[in-house]
Amino acid sequence: MQVKEIMQALSLTPCSGHQGLDREITGGYVSDLLSDVMGHAREGEAWITLQAHKNIMAIASLKELAAIILVKGRRPDEDTASASDSEGIPILSTPLDAFETSGKLYQLLASPSGESLP
Amino acid sequence: MEFTYHIEGGDFSRAGAASSEVKKILKQLNIDLAVIKRVVVALYEAEVNVVAHAHEGIMKITLAPDSIEAVIADKGPGIPDIALAMQEGYSTASPRVREMGFGAGMGLPNIKKNCDRLEIESTVNAGTTVKMTTFFTG
Ligand SMILES: Nc1ncnc2c1ncn2[C@@H]1O[C@H](COP(=O)(O)OP(=O)(O)OP(=O)(O)O)[C@@H](O)[C@H]1O
Ligand SMILES: [Mg+2]
Repeated sequence: MQVKEIMQALSLTPCSGHQGLDREITGGYVSDLLSDVMGHAREGEAWITLQAHKNIMAIASLKELAAIILVKGRRPDEDTASASDSEGIPILSTPLDAFETSGKLYQLLASPSGESLP
Repeated sequence: MEFTYHIEGGDFSRAGAASSEVKKILKQLNIDLAVIKRVVVALYEAEVNVVAHAHEGIMKITLAPDSIEAVIADKGPGIPDIALAMQEGYSTASPRVREMGFGAGMGLPNIKKNCDRLEIESTVNAGTTVKMTTFFTG
């Protein structure tokens, strides 16, 4: 699924990196520990976190993640947003917490048509 | 082929910049993508360790036909017990650094997993040198 489809389905607010909205999301990873993400996230995943500082973009770019979803209404710092724009990796924001966001994303990726999981 | 980059201690706004430059070069050289992915994880963790724990350092990359070698050498406090530092979860990161999500004690284990050969030398109150090699075949 493309970032923009997930954005619509989960009512995420796009903050930056709009030119990357058609990137393909292949999975997700949830962590606020940067070296955990560095070691275990995979290319094409959406990263769900509450960290909003610039280093998240260094990681997203090096790991070629598809998007970053900031939870609990967090917004990217200014320099984070400009790095997101120049890398073309979108940052999206949601008022939901990491548990709710992951649950919804998991369901969506497991069953894009919307029918419930077995 | 050799490339050298400077790393500034304490400057988190530029953390990852050297690793990102190396990644670009490796991609241009059409190095196997699976190798690039591993190398990039190891380089980033070594770079951030200089930023988080040391005063300043350099990253020196040597490309051979069959391998990439990276030496990350810093001036800083050094590591008193390297075996302890290698354990997952061990960290002396400051509260400020932890607040940013660093300090999980996973950086050195990430380096170990993502290179083929790792040598760490350190002198307390002088500095640390991390040398990692990754082979293109195998
Ligand atoms: N270049 C260095 N200079 C001084 N001490 C270091 C250096 N690199 C690592 N260390 C020491 O080794 C410990 C473990 O390093 P490691 O990279 O595994 O974890 P961390 O940097 O504390 O946290 P993380 O990498 O998960 O963000 C550090 O907390 C620090 O005490
Ligand atoms: Mg570290």
